[in-house]
Amino acid sequence: MALAETPQKPITQRGDKIFSGLSLGAGLLILAILAGVAIFLTVEAIPGITSSPEDAPNLDGGSFLHYVWPLVYGTLFAAIIALLIATPLAIGVALFISHYAPRRVAQAVGYLIDLLAAVPSVVYGLWGIAYLAGKLSPVYAWLSEHFGWIPFFKVDPAGGDFALSSTGRTILTASIVLAIMVLPIITAICREIFLQTPRLHQEAALALGATKWEMIRMTVFPYARSGIIGAVMLGLGRALGETMAVAMVLSASGVVSIKLLSSTNPSTIPANIALGFKEPVGNNINVLIASGLILFIITFLVNFAARAVVNRRKEFSGAN
Amino acid sequence: MNSKFLRTATMATSALALAFSISACGAGNESDSGAPADGGDASLSGTLNGAGSSAQEAAVAAWTQGFQTANPDVTVNYDPAGSGAGREQFIAGGINFAGSDAALDEEEMTSAAAKCASDVIEVPTYISPIAVIFNLEGVADLNLSSATLGDIFSGVITKWNDPKIVAENPDAKLPSSDITPVHRSDDSGTTENFTDYLDQTSGGTWSKGAIQTWPFKSGEGAEGTSGVVAAVKGGKGTIGYADASQAGDLGVAKIKVGDEFVAYSPEGATKALDVSKEVDGASASTIVFQIDRKTTEAGTYPLVLVSYQMACTTYADAGVAGLVKGWLTYVTSQDGQKASAAGAGSAPLSAALSDKIAPIVEKIAAQ
Repeated sequence: MALAETPQKPITQRGDKIFSGLSLGAGLLILAILAGVAIFLTVEAIPGITSSPEDAPNLDGGSFLHYVWPLVYGTLFAAIIALLIATPLAIGVALFISHYAPRRVAQAVGYLIDLLAAVPSVVYGLWGIAYLAGKLSPVYAWLSEHFGWIPFFKVDPAGGDFALSSTGRTILTASIVLAIMVLPIITAICREIFLQTPRLHQEAALALGATKWEMIRMTVFPYARSGIIGAVMLGLGRALGETMAVAMVLSASGVVSIKLLSSTNPSTIPANIALGFKEPVGNNINVLIASGLILFIITFLVNFAARAVVNRRKEFSGAN
Repeated sequence: MNSKFLRTATMATSALALAFSISACGAGNESDSGAPADGGDASLSGTLNGAGSSAQEAAVAAWTQGFQTANPDVTVNYDPAGSGAGREQFIAGGINFAGSDAALDEEEMTSAAAKCASDVIEVPTYISPIAVIFNLEGVADLNLSSATLGDIFSGVITKWNDPKIVAENPDAKLPSSDITPVHRSDDSGTTENFTDYLDQTSGGTWSKGAIQTWPFKSGEGAEGTSGVVAAVKGGKGTIGYADASQAGDLGVAKIKVGDEFVAYSPEGATKALDVSKEVDGASASTIVFQIDRKTTEAGTYPLVLVSYQMACTTYADAGVAGLVKGWLTYVTSQDGQKASAAGAGSAPLSAALSDKIAPIVEKIAAQ
């Protein structure tokens, strides 16, 4: 009570009130925006989900589920391959920056990686279609010839439904482009977490006679585990939602297949929306928006899963 | 019940844009706002809003430049949102004119006429030859009949040295490599016109009709004209279809017309429209063609995309009426067509067709 009567109190209170009001407003605004998006998607999606094939030609005579399932598959497939490529690379780069490189080199490499995040996705798309795809095409031909027994690399003879791509614009190329796009996100977070490993843990490991690699395995990785998972999940969110680069690079047919080297590839939800949005006929737009709603839900689920994993592992690491 | 949000949004923005279009006449000019015959009358001022066909985008840019040079006080906005979106916005009354690769259907025509409270003008403004482009080492010239094209794009012919291709190209050294047909992965008027051509002329090797969305899983999809060109350029043994102006240094196949193989040319494309019949039942203020893909006339190139512009015959605002009249007069004039040919690589409307359109556009007036 005596403390409450100090003369500064009223001023602090006003500042407190304004600031807490502002932050409450910001928090509510985010919720309102999210709710607005969700309501918009749902309202617009309902005619898409319920519409008959005559109203929405892009359903191609089937039901909405029949239409959206290959897209969901393609979205997840492309994103997962991208993460399989990007995660080890990102952890390696982050470790190099945090523990191996001399300080100056580390900083330069860090800046360069961050720069990757600033490149617009259209530029990645252009680079993918005009340069990368052409360079990868002979590699794909070689892979299909020598490793064709692996289902992923198997292709049909020319003219078949899953012929070898002569342009290199396959789902593997799209995933490589995606991997490069998510690399800076995962790297930046991993780097920060690796740097936070308590010095004492590391020195203790070294004092026990651990080599540098053993020290990293014993102290850095366990400490950073939940952070790495969080970083990968953020990257996954980016990969799931990427539109332009995929739309430009991928030769998409909306099939369900695990073949990586064919010119017939699954499409992704965002790329499919971008490609189908231009000439809307009937309820086509609503069908596309409904597929957007599905992506919205998937992204939500991914985030929830990430939270759950991070929370469960929290006690084992030093993070949080 | 569909797209309600979208529609309200577009209408709101369009209404805002309309609010900016001013009906004032330029000062110090003797002629009134309804006068310009060649689009070169500096009395026009204000903002003209259009939307629609993305195929016309480059041409509209060329026309905008020409029109604004002649009328410095005019601003032309064109949103290349797509033909469907253009027609929808025009019917909703959000824009002054629309561009579309397809004519208004009966229902759309009725709603548009109701919104205009007058007849709807619908005239061809843009002819674009579609080139069959290919990238095959050691082969510069290629003759392909429509039947062979149908087989290639359906995935029936898979090798470059297939007997059918060899028969049409006795002099070319065709390799035994695979053919990769490249198609548009986005919905496209180019695809619709290309498949319409195949549907009418291939004699059954193309069985999927005239469609906007590619029907086969096989082959390679690419986004937009530039995507198709990039894919054809980047691959080996590729073949695709794209606006002729974008073909660049790629090989362009000759297509079979009658008994001859014809290379694409602006003249050939112009002629294709001249030999085509107008659609019956269209009102006096519309000129819509049913392109005669099967023509055997020498020197025609029937693989073309024709795009239209729509406007009202009367506008509530005299300023807007003058603007639309000036715009369409210029666009369909030989001057305007020359500008789009230079700027967008389109084929010009023939002089006879321009003359036929002129009196229709001349009728545009204030209510």
